[in-house]
This record gives sequence, structure tokens and C-alpha cells, in this order.
Amino acid sequence: MNSATNSGRALPWALVTPALGWTLLFFVLPFVAMGFSSLTAHDGGGFTRANYSQFFTNPAYWQALVNSLQVTAIVTVISVLLAYPFAWILAEQVPERWQRLALMLAVLPFWTSYVVRSYSWLLVLAQNGVINRALTGSGLFSEPLQLANTRLATVTGFVHFFVMLLTLTIFANLKQLSPSYRKAAADLGAGPVRTFLHVVLPLTLPGIMVGAFLTFVLCIGDYITPQILGGNNELLMPQLVMMQIGRRGDFPLASALSIILMAVVTIAYLACARWLKIERA
Amino acid sequence: MTINPNAPHPTTRKPISVLKSHLHAACAATALLLATGSLAQAADLNALIWCDHADPALLQPFEEANGVKVNVKEFEGTGAGMAIVEQSQPGDWDVMVIDSIDIPRGVEKGLFEPLPEDKLPLADLFPQVKMDSSTVVDGKRYGITEKFGYNTIGYNKTKVDPADMQSLAALTGDKYKGKIAIYDYYLPVIGMAALAIGKKTTELTEADLPDIKQELLKMKANAKLVGEVTASQTALATGEVDILVGGGEWVTAGLAKENPALDFSIPREGAVLWSQSLAMFKDSKNKDTALKFIQYIMSPEGQARLATSACYWGMPANTKAALTDEQKKILRFDEQPDFLARAQPYPAPDADLDKKMQDVWTEMLQAQ
Repeated sequence: MNSATNSGRALPWALVTPALGWTLLFFVLPFVAMGFSSLTAHDGGGFTRANYSQFFTNPAYWQALVNSLQVTAIVTVISVLLAYPFAWILAEQVPERWQRLALMLAVLPFWTSYVVRSYSWLLVLAQNGVINRALTGSGLFSEPLQLANTRLATVTGFVHFFVMLLTLTIFANLKQLSPSYRKAAADLGAGPVRTFLHVVLPLTLPGIMVGAFLTFVLCIGDYITPQILGGNNELLMPQLVMMQIGRRGDFPLASALSIILMAVVTIAYLACARWLKIERA
Repeated sequence: MTINPNAPHPTTRKPISVLKSHLHAACAATALLLATGSLAQAADLNALIWCDHADPALLQPFEEANGVKVNVKEFEGTGAGMAIVEQSQPGDWDVMVIDSIDIPRGVEKGLFEPLPEDKLPLADLFPQVKMDSSTVVDGKRYGITEKFGYNTIGYNKTKVDPADMQSLAALTGDKYKGKIAIYDYYLPVIGMAALAIGKKTTELTEADLPDIKQELLKMKANAKLVGEVTASQTALATGEVDILVGGGEWVTAGLAKENPALDFSIPREGAVLWSQSLAMFKDSKNKDTALKFIQYIMSPEGQARLATSACYWGMPANTKAALTDEQKKILRFDEQPDFLARAQPYPAPDADLDKKMQDVWTEMLQAQ
């Protein structure tokens, strides 16, 4: 009896061991090393809080976090607003037999390199790019607009990517929604708009929040897009982290900045988990 | 050149440093394997390089002549390169390309092997780029300059008045506002800002930083973007901007055939001389092959191939580089004596001033 109980207990552990080992090796260990590094001095001295105090006392560093939060918030909101109707059209308006193809076409840009996609946007938004040529050619503007190398360009590049991601999560949520809910709402006299606002939207909120959280996490930690499209006219946190490594190899300060970034992501997760109960979705 | 006497000696490292080092090594081992693939055979040459050395047209003749494979790993920035070395096993790497001014950093860490001067064509080098103050430490040569150029003003001569490009003042005036890009590397551009306000790049101190910052802010106010190599080169080549602060032959020469309108000037105030060197690792298991590689790169043939590498062009350090007349014309080879006379060395701050310079650069980038 005892041996059966023991083997019954051992099996779940055996099954999760590979995942635990993976997490320990590729998350916990690097995280501990990073935390340790963040508390050491660049010149090889002892423990110090200087790396953290630099961040909180230097306005240029602090501004990088503010910029990151602003850009991430804007990207997340715009991506949700664009992705929801897109996912809804795919799930509700496109015939079932075409949905798979439509979804594949929708995520087609995922198949191209992230770097290539960002440079493509740079060419589209450039002074001599497609948009500016159209605007000046049509006579709407006499001079090209500064679109590339701006925050607008960074946001555009991010939104292009994250709309695809959010479309997938919201589409999956919409497809899981039983038609019975809508039928019940209709039976009770609710019109399409009311059914959407009071039934469909609340039931798909978990999908929206999961997608929004993923967008937040991936966006706030991304280095490539702001580096290529933003023109370094403002620094975001990942750029500030990379700057510490390039020439000076200041890994302690880079680690401290990364820990701060992780803390922000953790706060965002806790906020989402508490308010929307993602863990039970 | 002297070594920082306060630097911890390798054999008297504090326990915390040892633990830190072990942690770094443990975390990096897997990443290194993933990044470099399986490590090379002992007979191969493992080179930590900048992108110009990855050109097959440069490596192939050496590989065929010596029957070895050159395994390369590209890096950007001395800090990143040093991190790769520290996270590797001793002997993993044979040679390294490094900013000439940073050779003492490698020597201080005990990484480099002295080079035999009698087996290198030092007499053929442009005297001004030998950089003995950096490449020679305690009387021993640890690096040899292989390529150089200028961080100066790169521009499109059909869009701007070349006469204006003879002064750094053009970068902060109103005439070219919004037509300027700044190369995103703080040392050379801070050097240019220093030249613009009449300072010598070799004499910069912390007290100069407020004035330099003001000059940088004026440049930023006129700039459309601050971009790394590819971004700034693309901006100039596509007409997004007409002037690149910090640009030079390394931007314009490689694009000369496609865009002959691109050119560079050495303004009255001067320009910043950049140079890259080759160094051999002390723990290299293939020192003979490593030396042969350095000799090949420094040979007239190797120098010509390196100078015209697909990644970026630059002046060969060897005056006898086997360049064609056309290539010499593009690189403005014959004008080098005059350029070198007016150029000032790359700023070489100590660690503390380096950090402060980077913070000034960060503040400039964040300024709106």
C-alpha cells in the first residue's frame, strides 16, 4: 500500500522534473547570477547598491523606464483595439472552411525575420519612402513628414507585430465561446450590440488580457525595434541595458537595470493576475 | 603605457570576485556553445573579430595557403568582446580584433601575448597609426594596427556645400537642421565635440564635460537620428540625411560605386583618428598559426583585402597595401599625410572618465 502511494507520489514529480530542471537551468540560475552581479561593483570591488542608486538618481536613466512604459502602454492599447475586431471578423464573419487560411495569412508576417521586418518599416516610413511619396505626390503635403526615426515609427513596428499575436489569443478565445451564450442573450431580448457588450466582450476579456500581458512583456523588453526604428532620439530600457555592455562591459549595472525591468514586468503580471484572475481563466 | 596599479592582481583576487567569475562562467558556458556552435578543432584558428574580417574574400586565401579553417565570431564593442573571452576556456581563442586604445585593457587582464616585432612589417606602417602609446605596454608590443580611418564629417556633396563641411560649426548651425545624423558611439563623437570647442582629444578631463555636453546637445537639436553603423550608413545612402557626424571613409568608400556623391572632409578643427589592431591571445594553442594570420593580414595582399572588405572599407595601416589605383582614389590614399597631420587621437579615457562620458552621451540621447 505504502509503496503504491509512494510511486503514485513519485510519478507527478518525475513528470515535472524535466520542466523544473529546464526552469532552474535557464531561468533561476541566470536570474540568481544576474541578481548577484547587480550587487557588485564594475571595478571588481565588494557588494554595493551603487548600481541601483545610479538608476534612481540619474534622470536620464529614470527617463528610459518612463519612455518604455509609455511606449508599451500605447502599443498594448492600439494593438488590442486593432486585433479584437480583426479576430472577431476572422472568427465570426469568415466561413469556417476559410478560417484556417485566413488565420495563416493574418500571421504571415511572423514568418519573416524580425530585423528584416523592422528595416522594411524604416524604408516605408523614410523621407523617400512609400508613405511620404504618396503624401507629397497627392499634394496633401508639400514636404515629407518625419515618420522614420521617431516614437511613432517604433510604435508602428511594434503594433504590426503584436496585432498578430493578440489576434491569435483573442481568436482562440472567441472560438471557444459556446454559441449558446449568444442564443440565450437573444432569447432574453438582447440585440447584437448589447449581446456583444454584455456577454461576448466580458467572456473574451481573459483572452484579451493574456494577449495584452504578453504584448506588454515582449514589448517592454524588446531592443531591436526601438533601435532600428526609433533613431535613438530617445532611449528605452533595453537600449540603456545594451549601452552598458557594448564598450565598457559594465555587466553589474546592466544586470541592475535588467532586474528593475523584471520587477516592472512582475508588477504588471501581479496586476493582471489579481484583477482578471488569469490563473483561473 | 602604464597599468592601473589599483587593479587587482589575478592571483590576489577577492573571494567575491572569484565567485562572481564562476557564476559568470557557469551561466555563459551554455550560451557560448549555442552562440559559436561546436568549438573548433585544435588545428583551426579561432578569431574574435569585427565584421570586416568575416569577408570570405579576406579569409579564403589564408585558409587555402595554410590548410586551416578560420572560425570567426563577430562582436561589437570591447566590453562585449572581453566578456566572450572571460566566459570561454583559456585557449579557445587565438586572435582578436580590438580598438587600438583598448589593448592595455586586455594586457591588464593578462589576455594577450607579446608580438615579435621583427616578424611584423612595422616599418611599412604609417607612423602616425602605430599607436605605440596603446599597442606597446611596458616595452612589449601586444597589438599591431591593421586598419584606420577618421570619425569626421561624411556628407552627400550634391546636397550640401562642400565648403561648409570644412568646419565643424556647420553641424550646429541652422543651415542643415534636420539633415544630419549622428553616429551612435560616444567616444569619437565626444572627440569631435571637443574639437569643435577647441579642446584636444588627448587632454580631456571631467571639467570639460559640461561644455562638451552643450556642444552635443546643439548637434542633437539639428539631428534627425542617432544611429549605429548600419542605420547611419543607410540614412546617408538613402537621402534620409545629407550629413553624418562621425562618418568618414568607413561609410562613404564602400558605397562609392553605387553613390559617388558621398564624400568626407577633414574640417579645419580636425578629425578623430580611429584605428583597430590585431592581438594574439596568451593562451592560444596555435600561436604559430595565429602569427601567420597576423602576418597575412598585415601583408600587402591581406591589407588590400581588409581595407576593401564587404562590411566596411577603411585605410590599410600598411603603406604598401596592394590596392588598385581606383581603390586608392576612393580611399583618398594620397591625401593621408595631410589628413593624419590634422587628425587627433581617439579619446582614451580612464574607466572613471569613460563612465562619465557615457553618461553625458546618455543625457544627450534622452534630451528632447
